[in-house]
Amino acid sequence: MNETEIHDMVADVKEGKLSRRGFMQRLAAFGVAAPTAWHILDFHGVAQAQSLTAYKPTKAGGGGPLKILLWQAPTLLNPHFAIGTKDQEGSRVFYEPLAGWDTDGNLIPFLAAEIPSRENGSVSADGLSVTWKLKPNVKWHDGKPFTADDCLFTAAYAADPATAATTIGTYKDIKIEKINDLTIKITFAKPTPFWADAFVGAAGMILPKHIFEPFKGAASRDAPANLRPVGTSAYKFIDFKPGDILRGERNADYHIANQPHFDTIEVKGGGDAVSAARAVIQTGEFDYAWNMQVEDEILLRMERGGRGKAIPVSSGNIEFIMLNTTDPWTEVDGERSSVKTKHPTLTDPAVRAAINLLIDRDSVQRFIYGRGGRATANFVNAPPRYVSPNMKYEFNIDKANKILDDAGWVRGADGIRAKGGNKLKYVYQTSINAPRQKNQAIVKQAAQRAGIDIELKSVTASVFFSSDVANPDTYSKFYCDMQMYTTTMLQPDPERFMLQLVSWEIANKDNKWQGRNISRYSSAEADAAFREAQNSLDPARRTALFIRMNDIFCGENIIVPVLARTRMAASSNNLVVQPSGWDLDLWMLNAWFRP
Amino acid sequence: MGTYLVRRLLIALPSLLGISVVLFTVLALAPGDPFEEMATNPNIPPEVRLALREKFGIDDPVYLRYFRWLAAMMQGDWGFSFASRVDVDTLILQRLPATIFVIGSSQILALAIALPVGIYAATRPYSIFDQIANTFAFIGFSLPTFFTGLLFILVFSIWLDWLPFVYRSDISATGWRWYWEQIRQAIMPVMVLGLFQAASYTRYVRSAVLDVIRLDYVTTARAKGLGEKTVVVRHVVRNALIPVVTLVALQMPTVFGGAIVTEQIFRIPGIGSLLISAILANDTPVIMAVTFVFACLVVTFNLIADVLYGWLDPRIAFR
Repeated sequence: MNETEIHDMVADVKEGKLSRRGFMQRLAAFGVAAPTAWHILDFHGVAQAQSLTAYKPTKAGGGGPLKILLWQAPTLLNPHFAIGTKDQEGSRVFYEPLAGWDTDGNLIPFLAAEIPSRENGSVSADGLSVTWKLKPNVKWHDGKPFTADDCLFTAAYAADPATAATTIGTYKDIKIEKINDLTIKITFAKPTPFWADAFVGAAGMILPKHIFEPFKGAASRDAPANLRPVGTSAYKFIDFKPGDILRGERNADYHIANQPHFDTIEVKGGGDAVSAARAVIQTGEFDYAWNMQVEDEILLRMERGGRGKAIPVSSGNIEFIMLNTTDPWTEVDGERSSVKTKHPTLTDPAVRAAINLLIDRDSVQRFIYGRGGRATANFVNAPPRYVSPNMKYEFNIDKANKILDDAGWVRGADGIRAKGGNKLKYVYQTSINAPRQKNQAIVKQAAQRAGIDIELKSVTASVFFSSDVANPDTYSKFYCDMQMYTTTMLQPDPERFMLQLVSWEIANKDNKWQGRNISRYSSAEADAAFREAQNSLDPARRTALFIRMNDIFCGENIIVPVLARTRMAASSNNLVVQPSGWDLDLWMLNAWFRP
Repeated sequence: MGTYLVRRLLIALPSLLGISVVLFTVLALAPGDPFEEMATNPNIPPEVRLALREKFGIDDPVYLRYFRWLAAMMQGDWGFSFASRVDVDTLILQRLPATIFVIGSSQILALAIALPVGIYAATRPYSIFDQIANTFAFIGFSLPTFFTGLLFILVFSIWLDWLPFVYRSDISATGWRWYWEQIRQAIMPVMVLGLFQAASYTRYVRSAVLDVIRLDYVTTARAKGLGEKTVVVRHVVRNALIPVVTLVALQMPTVFGGAIVTEQIFRIPGIGSLLISAILANDTPVIMAVTFVFACLVVTFNLIADVLYGWLDPRIAFR
């Protein structure tokens, strides 16, 4: 399906020849999922129906206690200080954004009266501004009204470098105006196709101005509310011990009728993933646990005759292998893997293509990750609209051998192929994590049969993912030939994610290896595609550009995708949760209930 | 006695200082970054992480950071946690009650088992009772707590479904029910720690009593026609327990260390689990504070052991 076809279909929907549902279904047939379809219609100003989650209870309260186990426990409750997802989850129990993302990538309003769209004129045609209408009659937990001033304050608070907010990136380049008490207008410096970032999702939680005003800037750490939040959500704060337990009770004044269902909420932390799964699935001591980094085999065993189940939620995370086209073994100007060098063997596209054929993705999925991943040939795997239909994967040792033979790589006496004195010997690194080590071993075995010798190296996760400039073993230094890790895509728009493929983000000594392009490979075409996509207001064109970038990197076998990862959670059998791959686990806690 | 105490305390100070230097250097040399989770998050620009590092002074040279920490510590400021931006002393005080409750109960349990069993076994050496007690003691201290902990969870929580294996500091019940819940959740961790300690204490008590029971004054006491009970309780045990008391005091820091693992398994919100999560998060101020508390415990309990020893056995003079 190409751009013109999508445009024609959008026109049909506008004229009423095709229903919204029909449009979604037709796009789904081409592998384009609802979120995308939503975005396409939205951008063409076509009215959208809100996809609502079926919430059964007819009155608020009466559900008893809800017990959640986050084994990586929240350590603070200010969403703008959140170091990791755990803190955002904890904060989300009490604070709300204007809107959140459902699992299809649709925006669902919380503190917004409606979702801005081209149709109602709140998203400007030039892509330079968006106007949000706030929900009236929303009260903070202390009874004060929620207004536009709170949004303005939150943005100013997070954007102030002295506050040391982790969400500063979202707020520093936007301008926010108050139109009236219940309307705000966000203005962007340049056309922004993806306008739903500020005040949306995990980084969008809004703080009460009257509580935090004295603690903006350098005094931010002293705010008592950092540990005693006053939010707008369905649950009011009772008590919090960092890293241990968080308790809340039902907010009787919650702004959504008949919600929430539970009378109290308890979020317990500590321990490890396996025993958390056990407490939910086997013994039923807890109702819900998140981030089940447990081998699927163990989860399946627990589920037999248990009281709960594992819930896989698809996400944009991807486990992939990266091949280094720079030379990791020669130091130039104080750094290895410098773009000024060339890898003696991996610069040959035939070698890279052969390595791609030696990765047995289906076995990795079947025997290692189970429901935790899906074999893929693409870097971008969700939302489905952005998934390239052009990439295929294959596990074929004979074909790999043939490619290497044809390219003139001849096996030596030791069985290792070489050409011009350069042997196909590689160091392949990853972080220490049982499934990754198994994955490494599978690749090594296959490579051996194609005359490639791979030395496996595993680095403690705390070193591998650290930003320690002095340590040579970090993933961003990439001082080896191949490496494997998971990169996360947190928004249903791939723009930020694609920064990993552009030339100006290449990690090097000058930017202290903070650049996001770790592979160090660049292509003028990919750069141009990214620049155009950044300013393209036509979703179909934008999609095509991102798919092109994906195809360049995957087609060149610089990025060798292995598995699209799913997020695993565990839930008790008598609990209805609202999972989302694009927002926090607890993003719609207000609509959880017991059937 | 007074001057002895003062002198011992003065010796303790430089050793604590030395410990803090070693701890700080080791932590500074260890790899890792408190904000590493932000590194893989594409939504957070790297500048944010660098700015945070600079603001929290992580990029300064080690000696500078050490002196800053020391100066603050002297004024009673323990610093604040990078992970939760809360003062470290608040965090530790929040966690202390759970640790003290669990460790205290397990010590009481250990002594309640070890004393009678050890003494009885020593008065009847190589009897059936002694053999059985010895066997169990060997099994007890050969099995590490992380193993028995998991075994208990498997048996009592998963197979039998009798006891909860997640320890909660906030139990919502009131009155008798609260006590019942508290006991129910504490049974497994206290048993795991207590039985492990009881096993080694039993061995000590037995050998200490055996040493004394063969001495001439005991034979004299028996010859005078005193009852067996009086001989054992008044004459044997009083003398035999002197080394045991010191030993229990010296064991205390080890017990705190061993509790770290147990706290992690049962999710007890004590200082041990605080230490583990701080290490995983590279939260230097918290690691420093908790390890420093442990160091202080070692020094203090050593001192207590010395003082107790002299007090129980006046033959040992304080000099």
